[in-house]
Amino acid sequence: MTRENKGIFHRIDWVLVVLYLSMLLIGWLSIYAAVYDENHYHIFDLTQKYGKQMVFIIAALLLAMGILIIDPKFFSQFTWFIYGFFLFMLVVVIFSGREIAGSKGWFAIGGFGIQPAEFAKMATALALAKYLSLQDIDLRKYKNVIGAATIILIPALIVMLQHDTGSAIVFLALVIVLYRAGLTGFVPLAFIGLPVLAILALLINKLILVAILVLIAGGFYFFSKRKIRTSLLILALFLGLSGFVFSVDYSVHHILKSHQRNRIEVLIGKQTDLKGAGYNVNQSLIAIGSGKLFGKGFLQGTQTKYNFVPEQSTDFIFCTIGEEWGFVGSALLVILFTGMIVRLIQRAERQRSRFSRFYGYGVASIILFHFAINIGMTLGLVPVIGIPLPFISYGGSSLWAFTILLFIFIRQDSSRFELV
Amino acid sequence: MERVLAFRKYLILGFILLIASIFLARLFYVQIMVDKYILSANNNVLRYMTQYPARGLVFDRYGELLVYNEAAYDLMVIPKQVKKPDTAALCSLLGIDAEEFRSRLQKARAFSPYRPSIFEAQITRENFGFLEEKLFLFPGFYVQPRTLRKYSYPVAAHAFGYIGEASPEVIARNPYYRPGDYIGISGIEKSYEEVLRGQKGMKIRVFDVLNRDKGSFRDGKYDTTAVAGIDLYATMDVQLQQYGELLMTNKKGSIVAIEPSTGEILCLVTSPSYDPNLLSGNIRKKNYSALLADTVYVPLFNRALMAMYPPGSTFKLVDALVGQQEGVLTPETRYGCQLGFAIGNGKKVACHPHPSPLDLIGAIQTSCNAYFCRVFKSIIDNHAYPGTRKAYENWRKEVMSFGFGKKLGIDMPGELNGNIPSPAYYDKYHGVNRWRSMTIISLAIGQGEVGITPLQLANFSAAIANRGWFRTPHLIRAIGKKDSLIGEFTTRHQVAVDPRYFEVVVEGMANVVTAGTATGAKLDSVEICGKTGTAQNPHGKNHSIFIAFAPRNNPKIAISVVCENAGFGATWAAPIASLMIEKYLKRTVKRKDVEERMIGGNLINGKYDDDKRKQRDLSQD
Repeated sequence: MTRENKGIFHRIDWVLVVLYLSMLLIGWLSIYAAVYDENHYHIFDLTQKYGKQMVFIIAALLLAMGILIIDPKFFSQFTWFIYGFFLFMLVVVIFSGREIAGSKGWFAIGGFGIQPAEFAKMATALALAKYLSLQDIDLRKYKNVIGAATIILIPALIVMLQHDTGSAIVFLALVIVLYRAGLTGFVPLAFIGLPVLAILALLINKLILVAILVLIAGGFYFFSKRKIRTSLLILALFLGLSGFVFSVDYSVHHILKSHQRNRIEVLIGKQTDLKGAGYNVNQSLIAIGSGKLFGKGFLQGTQTKYNFVPEQSTDFIFCTIGEEWGFVGSALLVILFTGMIVRLIQRAERQRSRFSRFYGYGVASIILFHFAINIGMTLGLVPVIGIPLPFISYGGSSLWAFTILLFIFIRQDSSRFELV
Repeated sequence: MERVLAFRKYLILGFILLIASIFLARLFYVQIMVDKYILSANNNVLRYMTQYPARGLVFDRYGELLVYNEAAYDLMVIPKQVKKPDTAALCSLLGIDAEEFRSRLQKARAFSPYRPSIFEAQITRENFGFLEEKLFLFPGFYVQPRTLRKYSYPVAAHAFGYIGEASPEVIARNPYYRPGDYIGISGIEKSYEEVLRGQKGMKIRVFDVLNRDKGSFRDGKYDTTAVAGIDLYATMDVQLQQYGELLMTNKKGSIVAIEPSTGEILCLVTSPSYDPNLLSGNIRKKNYSALLADTVYVPLFNRALMAMYPPGSTFKLVDALVGQQEGVLTPETRYGCQLGFAIGNGKKVACHPHPSPLDLIGAIQTSCNAYFCRVFKSIIDNHAYPGTRKAYENWRKEVMSFGFGKKLGIDMPGELNGNIPSPAYYDKYHGVNRWRSMTIISLAIGQGEVGITPLQLANFSAAIANRGWFRTPHLIRAIGKKDSLIGEFTTRHQVAVDPRYFEVVVEGMANVVTAGTATGAKLDSVEICGKTGTAQNPHGKNHSIFIAFAPRNNPKIAISVVCENAGFGATWAAPIASLMIEKYLKRTVKRKDVEERMIGGNLINGKYDDDKRKQRDLSQD
């Protein structure tokens, strides 16, 4: 029997599928616990969020199966159409969409809201993979870097216009794909380094920080070959970074919106108003911390049950898990996510098709970014950025978009021997 | 190139694992290492509601209710939940100003922003009605039912004592008490605190983020119910107590009456006193300060237990008893008296005119100073002992066996020892071996360094009534049930004088009333035995003292009366004691003229009237 003749279900990566399904189940139960209402105790009650989430899950499973029976070549061939379509939707939603929680990113269809930004991530990952798999693309050439950056930044900027900064930042996660495709390491280094430098600038004396930069620059100069060009580059970098250090205060006070500034100040401990800006993170930590080793038990979380944690079915869903299942449950979920992302990268590396490989990296990057920011936020490690925890948080758009994102890769992976 | 890029896979995987490790470490720290989050979580939702038990009741010896509880309400505040209230409205309901409101809230917040503190204590039922209607307007405030101590009769304030909030020192010492708890501070409220207070209960309730009550925590698994305090049965005859306080109107002093066979205190009057209801509830602090500030009449001073007087001539009975016991005196012993007893250097202890020479009974009847000086001298100069000091020590031991010079152990705080001077005292004062019987002769007639409390005097009277023994005087006879007597008060204390020496003294005391110094105390229907005393007092007029018991055989009541600065014992103390005996034994007093004279007698310069009025004004606050 040749591989082609085997059924699709024999060729898909069941590890990813099982990880996916277990996250859906954890998510559903956590939403049940988070919004549990004694008057609507039935988990299938469609008037409640947990009943609705069940419908979303069934729809997501149907979507997943649908994707698995589509010809894998469809996605690479129709990439630009899909990308274009969602860019169009992103623009349309600004003018005709509904505003939810300050963001104009929602279509109201029946009783449900659809958020095109969630799907645009998938479309952008496809488009980027497509672009990088084209002949003669070399990210050592500025022209190609600009091309790739454009693909990422266009949807990001449109989402920004919807006042949904959190979702917009997610697109930047795709820099990991670029890095794997050959982009210089300085860019991802800058992505990690500049926020660290900014926080240091807010925390410690700026002159000390600049002195440290001088030492580092001096070190580089000393160990470099001391050509004019390198020296100028180091000097330029030093001056740029020093300028950055001194501009942080201005940026925080004049460019960021007040709620964004508050979130950063809470993170670095400059604001300790537990009733005001610090309330969410504090209550979130109380919920997770009070879970201790084994948690308070299913439906026993007092922080969750009595609504001390805001947004607990969506952005702060991890609190429910931390409180009711303790360190054991929280650590398990962290391991599940890590396992999924690592598995995605391993499978991506096995692809013969450049398109599939880069798409796999795109999927991994987006899930990694959501995972890192969402859980980091509930643990008080990163500023509060309102993005959902994939497969776990309540919401149809997010669940469907991540399902499509993941299953397109699973579909590609299942046909990796046919696709070149 | 491709190989270099392939290596980047490991950098990316490393980055992912780094994030996962940071999360696991952070989770470990937050969930396992520190406890503050679980405490905060409990603070968020759990409210510990103390269930206060009703304090035990107190009944008098005939079952009449003396001390009981009335419903009152504490207004509680949880500062964290106070939402910028309409301060003015709440202030006017409570009758406080905005400044006071802020300072109370600040105090509560300093204690704990999450836990309830008392904002206004002991709101009476009447005032609570107004508040209750409006309370829903003020989130963060709620009421907690408490009880208020009430007294059926405005008497015996010092015996009952009072309760108040446990002080920080008490709370630090005893973990049972929490801020806002009540504790007995004086009187039987203090000495029987652990019986009366009962056992507090605790209800744990769960509240959500909007402070809505979501029911009990874990179905009440950790709740405890309050156990009411245990009732006390007092020895007091409240009618007698009330009558005694009436007789002592406008007088300083005290009346203590004891049932000789049991040691039960029938009344414990100290005057001036106050209405015990003045020190109950939220008016206590103010009234207490006012009573404390009265340094002229010192109404908070419990004279019955805490005032020491020279016993005067009542102490001659001690000479009579100890003299016989020591074998230096017989009923037939006669001493002459020419208006006194010479003590050398031309000085003498004076005496009043009476037939001479007298035997022991006659000497008691007329209270002859010379006779008892000689008796005392023969006790101290007794050759059976090797010297004055030994003889004195023996005398002192026998005197103290009557309960003088040390605490009797009454079930009330604050009792004084009294004073029977030690030989060491005289050694220090006169020099070792430099004092003789004549140096300390004033002891013979109950003057000098000797100090006795009214309670000790009454107990002495009871010991004579019993012909040689007494039981520790006490205010509470039974705890919980009428017949469950308190064991420590059933012990008989034998005095050091043999019972056979008592009858002649009793005979003399009977003659005191029928034909002696206290004929004013005579009661036709009952044979009263008594002894007058007139205690010299460096601060003013002599104190009038009388001790008595009745009837002569099978005595039912032993009594001591002290009227400060009232002159002769026969003038005030004896008639008052007689009226008290009549009241107790006959339940009604027929001698209205005597009664009227006693009640009307004002021995405190008339200023006392103002004072009484002041107290009445206080009670109307």
